[in-house]
Amino acid sequence: MKARVFVMLKNGVLDPQGEAVRHALGTLGFDSVQGVRQGKVIELELDEVDAALAEAQVGEMCEKLLANTVIESYRVEMI
Amino acid sequence: MHAAILVFPGSNCDRDLKVAFEAAGAAGAAEGVKVSMIWHKDQELPHGVDIVAVPGGFSFGDYLRCGAIAANSPVSEALRKHVARGGYALGICNGFQVLTETGLLPGALRRNADQKFTCKTVALDVATQNSVFTSEYSVGQRINTPIANHDGNYFVDADTLAQLRAEDRIAFTYVDNPNGSVGDIAGVLSANRRVLGMMPHPERAADAALGGTDGVAMFRALSGLAAGIMATA
Repeated sequence: MKARVFVMLKNGVLDPQGEAVRHALGTLGFDSVQGVRQGKVIELELDEVDAALAEAQVGEMCEKLLANTVIESYRVEMI
Repeated sequence: MHAAILVFPGSNCDRDLKVAFEAAGAAGAAEGVKVSMIWHKDQELPHGVDIVAVPGGFSFGDYLRCGAIAANSPVSEALRKHVARGGYALGICNGFQVLTETGLLPGALRRNADQKFTCKTVALDVATQNSVFTSEYSVGQRINTPIANHDGNYFVDADTLAQLRAEDRIAFTYVDNPNGSVGDIAGVLSANRRVLGMMPHPERAADAALGGTDGVAMFRALSGLAAGIMATA
């Protein structure tokens, strides 16, 4: 079973990298871009067969290591 | 006084810290300072450690997030126990990032607002004298220390910032904020005032021939730490 974790800076936390990308897109002429937020995607391969258990485990991984919940939010997708 | 300096793969200020502690010990208290270097896989600290210092550098290559892997390594559990029993801890630069990742200090360090790795000497204002770390400075004293980081942009939410201010837990502020840190915060104390995290490097300002001497007062104050002081301070 695989899981995909999306980690993003929380809304309201300044994202300097996203800002830099937005600026660069504007320079390239993509004037419609109003905002860019940059995050990361983490893919996990698990030997757990129970989807609910696996999702719970990945949630715990996010809380303990994969995301810093002071500034980041996360979303788990089982695949 | 016995200082334990944690060493992770990628730490690069561990020996600078050792020199700063030992110089302060040689110059001051008769007992001097004993320094132990502690590898990240060690699960226990030597008996009698007064302060654990978490050095600057790029532990584990800054993978995932700065300090995140180090905060979950075996020695960090020993660090948590040391702090839980009232021990002192000092985290500088990457060490500050480790201390926030362990939850021993509030907040988090984000990418610098201008996206740049910033390496220069900056002026700090001492914001409180009420901690052993800052006891030999005076409030409002301006000191010069180097910064060298890419992720020094301190973040706390508005409620936590208000709490830090109310509890006088901001140790140092930037005179000219170099990275976007909330409240110009350069260093912050734990609730019991025995854990300090700061992005600037006092250990790189501890020798007249190398970057100035404004950091010496911190190591001099720490060199006086002893078991007796720990019990009462």
